[in-house]
Amino acid sequence: MPKDTASHTGIGASTKRREDVRFLTGNGNYTDDISVFGQAYVHFLRSDVAHGRITSIDTSAAEGMPGVVKIFTGKDFEAVGSIPCGWQVTDRHGAVMKEPRHPVLAYGKVRHVGDPIAAIVADSLAEARDAAEAIVYDIEELPAAVNMKDALKDGAPLVHDDLSDNLCYDWGFVEENKGAVNEAIKTAAHVTTLELVNNRLVANPMEPRVAVAEWNKSNDEYTLYTTSQNPHVIRLLMGAFVLGIPEHKLRVVAPDVGGGFGTKIFHYAEEAFCTFAAKACKRPVKWTSTRSEAFMSDAHGRDHVTKIELALDKDNNFTAIRTETLANMGAYLSTFAPSVPTWLHGTLMAGNYKTPNIYVNVKAVFTNTVPVDAYRGAGRPEATYQLERVIDMAARELGVDPIALRRQNFITEFPYATPVAVEYDTGDYPATMDKLEEIADLAGFAARRKESEAKGKLRGLGVNCYIEACGIAPSNLVGQLGARAGLYESATVRVNATGSISVMTGSHSHGQGHETAFPQVVAEMLGIDASMIDIVHGDTARGPMGMGTYGSRSLAVGGSAMVRATEKIINKAKKIAAHLMEASEGDIELKDGQFTVAGTDKSVAWGDVTLAAYVPHNYPLDDIEPGLEETAFYDPSNFTYPSGAYACEVELDPETGKVTIERFSAADDFGNIINPMIVSGQVHGGIAQGIGQALLENCAYDENGQLLSASYMDYAMPRAADVPFYAVDHSCQTPCTHNPLGVKGCGEAGAIGSPPAVINAVIDALNSGGHKVAHMDMPASPSRVWAAMQG
Amino acid sequence: MYAFEIERPTTLADAVAALGREEAQALGGGQTLIPTLKQRLAMPSVLVSLSGIAEMRGVSVNDAGLLCIGGGTTHGTVAKEAAAHYPGLADLASHIGDPAVRNRGTIGGSLANNDPSACYPAAALASGATIVTNTREITADDYFQGMFTTALEEGEIVTEVKFPIPEVSCYIKFEQPASRFALVGVFVAKSADGVRVAVTGASNNGVFRWSEAEAALSSEFSVGALDGLSVASDDMIADLHGSAAYRAHLVGVMTKRAVAGAK
Repeated sequence: MPKDTASHTGIGASTKRREDVRFLTGNGNYTDDISVFGQAYVHFLRSDVAHGRITSIDTSAAEGMPGVVKIFTGKDFEAVGSIPCGWQVTDRHGAVMKEPRHPVLAYGKVRHVGDPIAAIVADSLAEARDAAEAIVYDIEELPAAVNMKDALKDGAPLVHDDLSDNLCYDWGFVEENKGAVNEAIKTAAHVTTLELVNNRLVANPMEPRVAVAEWNKSNDEYTLYTTSQNPHVIRLLMGAFVLGIPEHKLRVVAPDVGGGFGTKIFHYAEEAFCTFAAKACKRPVKWTSTRSEAFMSDAHGRDHVTKIELALDKDNNFTAIRTETLANMGAYLSTFAPSVPTWLHGTLMAGNYKTPNIYVNVKAVFTNTVPVDAYRGAGRPEATYQLERVIDMAARELGVDPIALRRQNFITEFPYATPVAVEYDTGDYPATMDKLEEIADLAGFAARRKESEAKGKLRGLGVNCYIEACGIAPSNLVGQLGARAGLYESATVRVNATGSISVMTGSHSHGQGHETAFPQVVAEMLGIDASMIDIVHGDTARGPMGMGTYGSRSLAVGGSAMVRATEKIINKAKKIAAHLMEASEGDIELKDGQFTVAGTDKSVAWGDVTLAAYVPHNYPLDDIEPGLEETAFYDPSNFTYPSGAYACEVELDPETGKVTIERFSAADDFGNIINPMIVSGQVHGGIAQGIGQALLENCAYDENGQLLSASYMDYAMPRAADVPFYAVDHSCQTPCTHNPLGVKGCGEAGAIGSPPAVINAVIDALNSGGHKVAHMDMPASPSRVWAAMQG
Repeated sequence: MYAFEIERPTTLADAVAALGREEAQALGGGQTLIPTLKQRLAMPSVLVSLSGIAEMRGVSVNDAGLLCIGGGTTHGTVAKEAAAHYPGLADLASHIGDPAVRNRGTIGGSLANNDPSACYPAAALASGATIVTNTREITADDYFQGMFTTALEEGEIVTEVKFPIPEVSCYIKFEQPASRFALVGVFVAKSADGVRVAVTGASNNGVFRWSEAEAALSSEFSVGALDGLSVASDDMIADLHGSAAYRAHLVGVMTKRAVAGAK
């Protein structure tokens, strides 16, 4: 367990993030920092209408413009594959989802504002943009399918002409539960019904997407530098399904990536275009997204419309949950879009509570909007939000304490098999709630409310719990659920002759601090200083095939692979040490970087053993090979289930509707923790994003499919002044029972747990001082709060 | 952006001459124009930068007791140098945008652009300021002619703004959550001649004076004097960030707060 000394750099040390030195001093190597000799620049001509038929497109004048290398349209990609979807959902009738073609460049029709119509490759970006203005084209504008309910009606405009309607799938989960759920609701003592919207978000990583591609004519090899959370996955998806390039001819590099939040998981048309064009133009091709392009081409998040019913018996025990959700897919199926409202959402509907009957129905809908896919939390925030809102609403309707109602229904025995097909391995929900009550000083709320009221303000307190399934996840299980990929992770531990170590991980760091936290694990296992260990990631040429970073999986899955590989290193190193000390392998112990022989004073240092591995003059060559490098692939047996309890206190100005967050407290159970400071930082960031969703962010389209919030002038991002100092605690630790580190993952928790806390607090404020508002949708922006107060 | 030439005159006369060139465009602090150019929404052939003209910069009080601010003076400079003379105006300047905006953006540029959500138009109108150009002087009441529209002629430059200094004043804005421009901003200025109330951010017609509030406050300068008064929502902006009714409501709230905060 953690050693509490200043020099300790292993597990439990709050080591400062080593990568921050280069990030904060302007020395990061982001994709846009990469330029390849002779590169040309691409500009995408994008649709400014949501839905239309391309009736003509003439590039001849543009082709003669100065600096133009080549101009591409959809026709040039007829023989090229469709941008693939990585997950196939089977609907409640046993049919597979509808899966329309997603061309690299629009052909025949444009289906959302921002859909690329043509791509101009030129010597400079300015020349490419000039040429784009010389392309003559006609789009016959068609009525757009924007609102999901309308898009499902008979006669609605068809996003894809070859489909019978805009319904991607109608999913029921668990279909066999349906009858019992309906019956339980019919016979319940009380049913609380809530209709809500989980607002559409734009991820807005600080670094926009970038792709630089080159093709080597001497060996027909391609290199793509791209802003990705999972370069190996991009290599597979783009190589195998779109461009037909085998892995050994395609290297994908994702260097420093300035934030992803999910939106950089997916394979995008622009990176496929650059790779294709590099060969077609025989020149490297570079694209850097503008912020305006990011708003209309990065996959968006959330966008669910839900009705949830919670049934309770006369003693306020939960007896059933029934939900109906419309989930927006946008115009095309982004890489993991179908999985988000289904397997990442329906499976979490039990939350922290022992509700015996649960049925989830999700209809996924095509609309003339930007594709929607995973965004920090992905499905789990949507599940948590509706569940924790309806519980709060039930407590208010029944006149009972919302915390007591939750406590009464907590799952307390583990493992716990939910009615929605997952098995929680461990947890302690009363403990996190106890901790929350302490750090949030809930007992002092009444006094603080009085202080606010004395200033003419309303004050509200919102509390909620969350659980998430992360550490995604067992390949055999996700395969049954429709994943077209495995979800193991890989690590290669390369011990160098002098004892320094490079760890190649298939996971990817784009802000999470892996370069600091991962070495702490290896340092702990070997008893050496973490500064001797570097993490290598983000390059398919440098490490084994890995699945990347999302779903709070890097430490739980990638870290476990690293542990397995390091165990192999230790086993082999002990054999070498035994040989050097002429002892039996079984007597060798490794502690603080020294190999000793039990019961003797013999020892050899870590560096002696590593040197012997590469200079094997005195070496057991008959038994083992020289060298000290091991690879492991780790595939977990279950998801991990972090959980927690959050509290938010808001002050609300009844004259303007403005809500300010006064206090925010988070008590999380992440199992074992490697670097507490990094964990706190991850929670802080997640909460800030959750506050953004709850109070500020709103991606809005008008009825014609025009994006109204297309820049920071209209899309409100949270800023430092919008968030309070947080009280976060992760001392409640029930270690994961099935991975070697006992870790659960912490990257998404803040974004999952915080929106319901904020809205519960806003609603609490709006039920004080004589006001009465049952529910309002996010974001609780001033004008919307004011409107809600007007009734 | 499209290619353009840039002229950097150091005298007003040279600037006026340069603006006589075909498709010339004056460039103040560039806080609106540069983003517009980057999006290719404007294509001037010549940009005439006004930031090198020393005679257009500075804050001073003239013999008539008017606070005179050069058109090329940045918000940051106004925030500092007007504070001793006209705290309400200095406070407004200190809350425009962020430090980077305040260090580049100029009062002349803001007034020439007359963005319906900009702060300075409210101060100029409520103060009864005079906008001085290279050819004439224009009273604020004549200067603002609707959203992005002013009395300025082609090639005319705002060289100075002369503010009568009120006895007490205050500007309160309610920020639009995304842009942090004024969703509604109200400037209240009380002088011996009476009270003027100017509202920015709210109306489709740009900055306007709320005459009913002015009359009520001129007879009694108190928050209570505003009770029962409201502006009509007919001409108010309605968008993602608030309905017309919300903006009309906020005009009342912000006016009361400005009266309460006036000093």
